[in-house]
Amino acid sequence: MEVPILKQGDYLIASIQAALSDEDLLKLRDELADRVGRFRSRGVIVDVTVVDVMDSFASRTLRTTAHMLRLRGAETVIVGIQPEVAFAMVQLGLTLEGVTTMLDLEEGLTFLDQQKKRRAKRAK
Amino acid sequence: MRTIQPSAESTILLLRELVSHLRENRTQLREEWARRITEAQLLTAMTKEEIFAEATSVYDNYVEVLETGSVEALQAYARNLSERIIPRGVETHEVLGIVLLLRDVLARSLFKKYQADFDLLNRVLDAYEPAANRIANTVGVGFVQERERIIRQQQEAIRELSTPVLQVRERLLILPMIGVIDSQRARQLTEQVLRGIRTNRAKVVVMDITGVPAIDSNVANHLVQTVDASRLMGATVIVTGLSPEIAQTLVTIGVDLSKMNTVGDLQGGIEEAERLLGYKVQAEQISG
Amino acid sequence: MKTATEVQVSIRSDTDIVIARQQARSFAAQLGFSGTDLTIIATAVSEMARNIVIYAGNGEITIEAAQDGAQKGICVIARDRGPGISDVARAMEDGYSTVGSLGLGLPGTKRLVDEFHVVSKVGEGTTVTIKKWRR
Ligand SMILES: Nc1ncnc2c1ncn2[C@@H]1O[C@H](COP(=O)(O)OP(=O)(O)O)[C@@H](O)[C@H]1O
Ligand SMILES: [Mg+2]
Repeated sequence: MEVPILKQGDYLIASIQAALSDEDLLKLRDELADRVGRFRSRGVIVDVTVVDVMDSFASRTLRTTAHMLRLRGAETVIVGIQPEVAFAMVQLGLTLEGVTTMLDLEEGLTFLDQQKKRRAKRAK
Repeated sequence: MRTIQPSAESTILLLRELVSHLRENRTQLREEWARRITEAQLLTAMTKEEIFAEATSVYDNYVEVLETGSVEALQAYARNLSERIIPRGVETHEVLGIVLLLRDVLARSLFKKYQADFDLLNRVLDAYEPAANRIANTVGVGFVQERERIIRQQQEAIRELSTPVLQVRERLLILPMIGVIDSQRARQLTEQVLRGIRTNRAKVVVMDITGVPAIDSNVANHLVQTVDASRLMGATVIVTGLSPEIAQTLVTIGVDLSKMNTVGDLQGGIEEAERLLGYKVQAEQISG
Repeated sequence: MKTATEVQVSIRSDTDIVIARQQARSFAAQLGFSGTDLTIIATAVSEMARNIVIYAGNGEITIEAAQDGAQKGICVIARDRGPGISDVARAMEDGYSTVGSLGLGLPGTKRLVDEFHVVSKVGEGTTVTIKKWRR
């Protein structure tokens, strides 16, 4: 299952559409790394609204993805984790430490915009 | 399920005979049964007409089970009946009572019909008994299960009511928790908070535990899970009213309190929440 | 109300992990589980299936109804004939992993369910059994 990646200005938006296998997730990670480099994106949003299971492999892959993209200059935000999924994740012991999480796409974009403003201020 | 023994063939024949007997005498036997129900003061919450109408349905279902050997239709009917009569206060013993009465009414009519031939009577009863018991069992179990389901639902509703999730302003939820919290309720609270975050698009949740005397490690774990899961959904949890005892429990299960967002009291918690949301704190506006 | 009495999924690759958790979810829904519990069951099965793929290469997952007195629930068994676990107690510790992953699969699954059981013999294989009761 291919994950569509949308380029929107400085940002990339990956919306997961269906249940992903481990291989699909790893492909997504590599694809994002590649495009962040090519487009010099500053922010990446991974929308997991339709994801109904987030197990240890998926969490770990998303975490390494976020770290990898940060090294390439992009901030990653995971958005759309559902209430039941969040509940199961914390019981399993998965907290996505060090990764920014937001309610939905809109929140994710707001967050990235604020980050950009802050960076611009600091640059002045 | 009991398998029918040596002469399965003859049992089937006997049941078939029984069924036609019950069909032929439907009117009279139903009336007799309804009369006995009233006499025994069962189903007092229902009118005579209602009792007769239900008695008719049960009777027909009863005959059908004897005929087909399948209790599925009766099961469905028993559930439906229970759903209707439980809210009216009908008790378990009444439901069992009426089914046992029907068994008795039918058995008596069989006595009467076959009294001249004891041997045949015995065989008829042998065929009838297990089927009748199965029917009584099906109706009784159906009723009890439905009752349990309703009780569980009511308990859930009461628990949800006892800790409301309040939206005090846009994107801010407050959860005033009061009383003793067991694991089950703690889990329910966690789910309530997470659903509340989604439906209200909340960014901050203030959980006030001033009214909670103490918690065990299990409930403490739920509290931590609520904080972590809320963050996964993009919301910050502020815990207010943390007593020294509860703080101690949290430390005991290995929680790093410095990583938890705690504020002394509810008022302070709300102010902190408003600051996080980017509102001006009220005190400033008043003095300014 | 016709429910299949048992579902078996053979596990050979990572796509089978997705199939196993989808099967578990729909089986649990038929048994009357709802909302959060469905997600919990699917997540647990995902971890069980992944351990089969990673450590044993192949095996199978069996999903069935469970009953204990008045309690009703679901039972999932993950079986493989892989290398087995030499130190089950350590494998059950949070963060312990022989391949450098999170090490939360076994202990985390235990937290998700009501009953959890591992039987493993080096050189013979591993069987993990979980049960979850309906609330
Ligand atoms: N089915 C299995 N067969 C052999 N070893 C296993 C199996 N499942 C788990 N293990 C061992 O137990 C360890 C812990 O497993 P787990 O808790 O799932 O964490 P992780 O998979 O991240 O290592 C694994 O690293 C592995 O050594
Ligand atoms: Mg694992």
